[in-house]
This record gives sequence, structure tokens and C-alpha cells, in this order.
Amino acid sequence: MIAHSLSQELEQRGISRRDFLSFCASMAAVLGLPETATNAIAAAVDSKQRPILVWLEFQDCAGNTESFLRASHPTVADLILDTISLNYHETIMAAAGSQAESALEQTVKDNKGKYIALIEGAIPTGANGAYCTIGGRSALEIAREVCGGAAATVAVGTCAAFGGIPAAAPNPTGALSVADAVPGIKNLINMSACPANAENITALIVYYLTLKRWPPLDQYRRPFFAYGKTIHDNCERRAHFDAGQYVEAWGDEAHRQGHCLYKMGCKGPATSQNCPVVKWNEGTNWPIGCGHPCIGCAEPNFWDTMTPFYQRLPEVAGFNVGRWVDPVGLSLTGLTAAAVVAHGVVQAVRHKQHVKSQSGEDKAESE
Amino acid sequence: MTHIVVDPITRIEGHLRIEAEVDGGAVKEAWSSSTMFRGIELILRGRDPRDAWAFTQRICGVCTTVHAIASIRAVEKAIGAVPPSNARLLRNLIIAAQNVQDHVIHFYHLHALDWVDIVSALSADPAKTSTLAQSISDWPLSSTKYFAGVRDRVKAFVERGQLGPFANAYWGHPAYKLPPEANLMAVAHYLEALDWQRRFIKIHAILGGKNPHLQSFLVGGMATPVDPDSQDSLNMGTIAALNKLVADGMDFVSRVYLPDVLAIASFYKDWASIGAGVGNYMAYGDFPMDDSQHPELFLPTGIIHGRDLSKIAPVDQAKVSEWVAHSWYDYSVGDEQGLNPFKGETNPNYTGPKPPYQVLEVAKKYSWLKSPRYDGAPMEVGPLARMLVAYASGRPARVKELVDKTLSSLGVGPAALFSTLGRVAARAIEAQVLVESMGMWVQGLADNMGRRDYRIQDNSKWDPGSWPADCLGYGFHEAPRGALGHWVHIKNGSIVNYQCVVPSTWNAGPRDAKGQPGPYEAALAGTPVAKADQPLEILRTVHSFDPCMACGVHVVDATKRELARVRVA
Repeated sequence: MIAHSLSQELEQRGISRRDFLSFCASMAAVLGLPETATNAIAAAVDSKQRPILVWLEFQDCAGNTESFLRASHPTVADLILDTISLNYHETIMAAAGSQAESALEQTVKDNKGKYIALIEGAIPTGANGAYCTIGGRSALEIAREVCGGAAATVAVGTCAAFGGIPAAAPNPTGALSVADAVPGIKNLINMSACPANAENITALIVYYLTLKRWPPLDQYRRPFFAYGKTIHDNCERRAHFDAGQYVEAWGDEAHRQGHCLYKMGCKGPATSQNCPVVKWNEGTNWPIGCGHPCIGCAEPNFWDTMTPFYQRLPEVAGFNVGRWVDPVGLSLTGLTAAAVVAHGVVQAVRHKQHVKSQSGEDKAESE
Repeated sequence: MTHIVVDPITRIEGHLRIEAEVDGGAVKEAWSSSTMFRGIELILRGRDPRDAWAFTQRICGVCTTVHAIASIRAVEKAIGAVPPSNARLLRNLIIAAQNVQDHVIHFYHLHALDWVDIVSALSADPAKTSTLAQSISDWPLSSTKYFAGVRDRVKAFVERGQLGPFANAYWGHPAYKLPPEANLMAVAHYLEALDWQRRFIKIHAILGGKNPHLQSFLVGGMATPVDPDSQDSLNMGTIAALNKLVADGMDFVSRVYLPDVLAIASFYKDWASIGAGVGNYMAYGDFPMDDSQHPELFLPTGIIHGRDLSKIAPVDQAKVSEWVAHSWYDYSVGDEQGLNPFKGETNPNYTGPKPPYQVLEVAKKYSWLKSPRYDGAPMEVGPLARMLVAYASGRPARVKELVDKTLSSLGVGPAALFSTLGRVAARAIEAQVLVESMGMWVQGLADNMGRRDYRIQDNSKWDPGSWPADCLGYGFHEAPRGALGHWVHIKNGSIVNYQCVVPSTWNAGPRDAKGQPGPYEAALAGTPVAKADQPLEILRTVHSFDPCMACGVHVVDATKRELARVRVA
């Protein structure tokens, strides 16, 4: 573990105590903690005991890696990263080939049960694992070994969390989520979205360092602090939805005036994530903010259940924040069942079963 | 003769493996293998073509705009949609920002550590580093104190004993030639570039909602509304913000990136005669300058054969074909012929060794990449191909000016461009040319607003009922890594066939049926290797292409193969 405290190191790197506290305050905001939590976060992040991270990429596009590089308090977030000791990350590490593989091997061996594994990308099971190999070993074999020895595993992005695009129908490679590929691993947390928002990944790490436990999770193993409400609940255009003011054509007066995108296919009512609050790229913007509907990228199997993207959701009631979400979720999967036949998709059925089995009595009744 | 394997090749996007025979201190023969496959085009079958851009976009999160752009262009060509002027300008800005940001990240974060020894930076004299930095640029972060601070920070990091992502690298390798001061300057700029890329890419957040995976593309236009009298549209406030970000980008590229490349290159001139490769260069061209059916392209299209800059051949999509003789696919017509993407088929059939394995059977099939060929010949694509085609075409004039300036400052002739170092220099020159051009497209948007032209979309083709029942289209684009094409076949409003022929497939593909190596393989032959267990030089040449393997591997066949059934949990 590391000898210096983080604030000492930050000072050496020209970052003042004040900058550090302002970072902690913004983390408190993402986590939905009161501002008084700032000091507690500062104390926790500043401690000497910091875990080791390894970041593995399987059937991925590196979009989550890129997203992470855009974290909004970059210098500090980066520092936390390298202070946390990012021992393996193919996209940025200097070593290659056997030297890279031995860095991973060593980390896993020396820190068994102590390190955190971050997984990006789905894990293919077809062709004996030949659809994704690193150093001649299959993704599945590597995942079993690395996730098996981790204190916690974070599935970063929808591919790792739910299978994502490789698992979209007809799932040519037998791609699975981390949860399905390596069942039974300890403390699995799904940080879905395509890509996962950097603020939420950083917030998760800070949550753990601050509160010394992992956050409570929803039915899809996603932390409530980032996935506890729908896009629609927090949308800046919600008033237009409630007032019945909709965009009818791209570039029309309503579109230019920022009216509701529901009729253009927005999946915000069926998607849980904090996009409207945290936004993207240092709070610069978000998809609905630039005039395009939400495509539901944080939801399981959204490539099958949320497409066609420009087809509107079945009836969504207004003036009733939160209450209508479950019925919508169900009618959505019902709708998808029809699309499934056309596509030969089996995944969505699985999604429906998943909803039924995990969401308890409310949904069973409303169905 | 030693057989070496480098897997994973790190500091790239995706999963790449290089096997090579090394003899007498140099690579005799090399094999490039991509070891990951998802099958995104199979997944596209039967879907709404208006959704395709979002699917193909997920081919890559690094060059996150490129497959979206190629996809909407292919579908537009098929259904006859014509994006209005604002959409063209928004796309040009998005494409240019992607190229510029990607090139900077590539140089500092993916490629620099092949040339820059971080450990050597620790022994640098900050005062001498300051003198060096000020001799090459007027960039303000160049004082003795500043470099002392950077050195001390790196020192503290190294002394901590946990090198994190910098552990186990080839530090101290004899092929590192920079003096400690140049290493320290480069390390400082590595850190600055990490900050800069976040700021600059806000252009994408403004125009696309977020980065990675922008979400404002539409078949027929763009979803970003334009209206100077609305706070919910692109307006004068956003024009000002874009101008500020472009100026910030220009500042960094012209005062840090380009001078660094020249300074570092001056220590590695021997790499101007290493890594040439196949010697054929192809560019589709990009950045339409007007709204006509056949617009002039800011970066021109063309093909250069056999390093002959005196002739430029035109590009014809019908001459593009893909081969699978050494790829893990079967063709129904046999593996000895190529197929044009409109007739493309992909039946994945893994015949390699069962994982875990030590070596691939390179005499047989050995990659998930196909081998694209133009009129049967391998082509290198990318910034070097684009800059060579522009240089030989004489336009834009700025390219010729910067290429000549670069060559004369290094004291080398045009032949030096055909090399590992040539790729590095071409990328920096292109970043400079593009960041300089962005202001004109921002101004174009403002001019349209002045004329009250707020159109962003060809709404006449939004409804699938307005499309031909059966139509074909292809879309060309210049991605950061080179010429990208998508081919689509649409029937009754749904996709029946979709093909992507991708820059990293052109460059990293395996041998074809005639045994012709791909550009990586050809470029590696002859590359020196001082220490077989530390093949730093192999990384240099491979990284000079900026590999993007997730992009390179794709699969199509919408027509022949019965789809593999998904297992039901």
C-alpha cells in the first residue's frame, strides 16, 4: 500500500487543499449526500489505505475507457486513479505482451481478495472462447481468474453489465454479461450505460472509500445513487411532456424550442439513470439537451427492447412521477415480444422473465 | 531464427497480436492477428436502417463518430436523402474535432512511450529542459520551475514503488535515444495533453450531447436544432463557445503537438527509412465543401501506387474486395477469391488452436480480420495516405506547405514520408490543417443563421414509406485511422445486408489468397529488433498506424447463413 496520504501527494503535484475539497463536494453531490458529507469524503479519500485496480477489456469498444478519461475533475480523478494504483489497463499501460501479462498475474497473485476488478466488454462463450483471446487465453478464463480473486468487481458499461451490443440478437458469439459468465463472484456492481458516465464510476469508488461499504443496488445490481430514478423523472423537458408540447418533426419550431421528444421515440420514461442531473463532459450537455431522444442505453438488452429507436413508447401517463414506471416497463417488454418474433430474438424474453422474477409483487400484479 | 509473440499489443484500441520471425537483429516476417470478434453486422440484419448508425457507432468508442458518419451516409445514398447545409457543417466540425483529438491522444498517450523514456526524465536538468522547450515553441508552460515541478512529481511517483500503468515497460532499452531533457519535456506534455483532450472534446458534447458515443446523428441530417433566437438550440452563445474551443485546440496543436513531433523526430531520423510497408496509399477524401450532389472535398480522394507521387488514380468502390484465405471465415464461393462488399458474406468459422494457445498456425488461417484489397492490391490508409494524396494533388495548399516545411526542418526528402516516422509526422500535420479549418465551418453555421436557414434534416425521407422498396448504398468517410466505407442493402424498410470495410482492416489484415501481406505485416519486415524479449521497435512500427482493432473485425452476411441461435437462460 501507499505510504503518503493523498493530500500530501496532491500538494506535491500542485493541487491545493481547496481544489481537493471542491472535488469532494462535487462527489457528494453525485452521490446525493448532503454537503456536510464533504469532510467525511475528504477524510476517507485521503487515507493511506488505497486499493489496487485492474481494468480488463474483453468484447469492448474502449468507450468506457475513453469516458473515464473525460472525468470532470480530471487532475484529481486521474490522481486518485494512479494513486489507487491502476496495475493493468491495456489501452494506457506502457508494457506490452508478456510483460503486460506478468503485471496482471503478479497483481492477482500478490493481492488476492484485495484488489478491485473493473470489466469492460462482454464475455463470449462460443467457439471455445476463441471470439476473444488475450495472450492466447480466452476472456472467460481470464475473467474467472481475475474476478474470482477480487474484493469486488465493477462491470463498467452495458456490455459488461448486461451483454450489451455483442449479446444483441442473434448474439453471434454467445456473449454474456459478467454476472452470467462468472456467476457467484463477490460484490458485483453493474455500472451500465453506453458508455458508463465517468462521474458515476468515480463516485462509486469514492462511495466505497468514504462509507467503507458498497452501495445498495437495484434489481439489476446498479447503485441507486446513479440509477434510482428515470431520465423522465429528472428531465429538463418534463414540463413540456406534462403540457402536451411535443416535437413532431426534426427542426420544427417545437424542436428548436426544446419541447418533449417523446413522440420522436424518447426512451427516457423507461430508462433509469442520472444523465439529466450529472450530464456529460464536465456537465456540458446530454443527448436530450442536444435534441435527440434517449435510446435507453443503461437498460438490460436495450438494443433489442428499445429498438426501433425512433418508435415511440406505448402510452406514458403524465403528472405522476415515479408511479407509472413499472407498468411502462412491462408494456414495453410486451411490445418487444412482438418485435422479438420478427427479429428471432430470444434475449428479450429473457429480459421479461428477468423483470418478473426480480421485481417482486408490484409488477406481477400490474401485469 | 527466433519466433516471437507480442500479445497483447497494448496502447491501442482492441485486441491485437503480432507474431514475428526475428533473425540477425531484424524482423524477417510478421503476422498480424486480431483476436476479438463480435459480429455487429449480423446483429444489424432485419433492423431499421435509421437505427444502424447507433449500432455501428459501438464498433469503436475511441473513434466514436466514424461508424455513425459512414452509416448515415450509406443509408442516405440508398434512400436518396440529402442532408441540408447545417447538417453538413455540423458533421464537418464533428469529424474534424474527432480527428484532431484522436491524433493528439494517439501521439502522447498511445505512441509517445515508444520514443520517450519516462525513467530517463528523472535525471533531466530543468533549466536545460526549459531552454530546449523555449527553443522550439513559445508555449508558456516552459519555465525552469515548471519542469522542476514535473520532474519532482514523477520522481515522487516512481519512488512510491507502485508504477501502476508504467510498470514492466522497456525503460532503459537501447533504442530510446532522447536526452533526459527531451524526455522530461515530453512527459510534461503527456500530462498536459491528458487535460487538453477533455476540454477540446466538449465540442462533441455541444454538438452531440456527449462523448464518447455522440447521440445527435440522423439519417438525412442532424438532431441538433439551430436557431439564434432560442436558448434550446445552437445559437450565438454556442457559436462563441465553439470558437473558443477551436482556438484552444489550435493553440495546443500548433504550439505543443507539432513542435514536439518535430523535436522528437529529429532524434529518430533513422526511422524515416524503416517501416515503409506496401507503398500503395488510398484516401476516400472527406469534408464536403458545398451541398451539391458531388461536392468538392476539403481533403481530396485518390490512390497512389508504388510510392509514385506523380500520379493519382481515382477511387471506384466496385474495385474494393475482401478476402478470407487467412481469416477465420468461409466464403460460399471458396476462399480463393475476393468479394465486393455489396456481395460480401461472412461465415465465421474458427479453425485456429483452441485457447489457451502459444502460437497461431500462420500458414493457415490466423485472424478475425479479413484482407481488403483494391483492384487486388493491398492499400495503406490513414493520415499518411491522406497527406500524400493531398500533397500530390497540391490541395489544400496548406498541406503542401506544412509537409515541405517539415521535410526541410528535418533535412530529409519526400521519400522519408514512406516510413514509420512519416506516419507520425503526417498525423501531426493533418491535425494542424484540420484544426485550422474548423473556424470556417463554425462561421458557415453562423452565416446560415444570419440567412435564417435553420434546416437540419431532410424530413421528406424520414418515413420509410418514401423509400424505394429495394435499394443499395455506400458511404465513404475519412476516419482518424483512414478510409472507411459502409455498404448497405435495404429491402422493404429493413436491412438485409450490411458491410463495413474499415481502416484497421485495410492496414492490419492478414495475407490474402496470393500471399500478399497486409500493410502492418509488410511494414514490420526489416524492422530492427535489438532485444527479442523486449520488442520495442515492433511496437513503434505497429503503433505508427494507430491500430483500432475493434473497428477492424466485423462480420456480415445477411443473406446466406442460418443464424446461430441464442441460448435461452
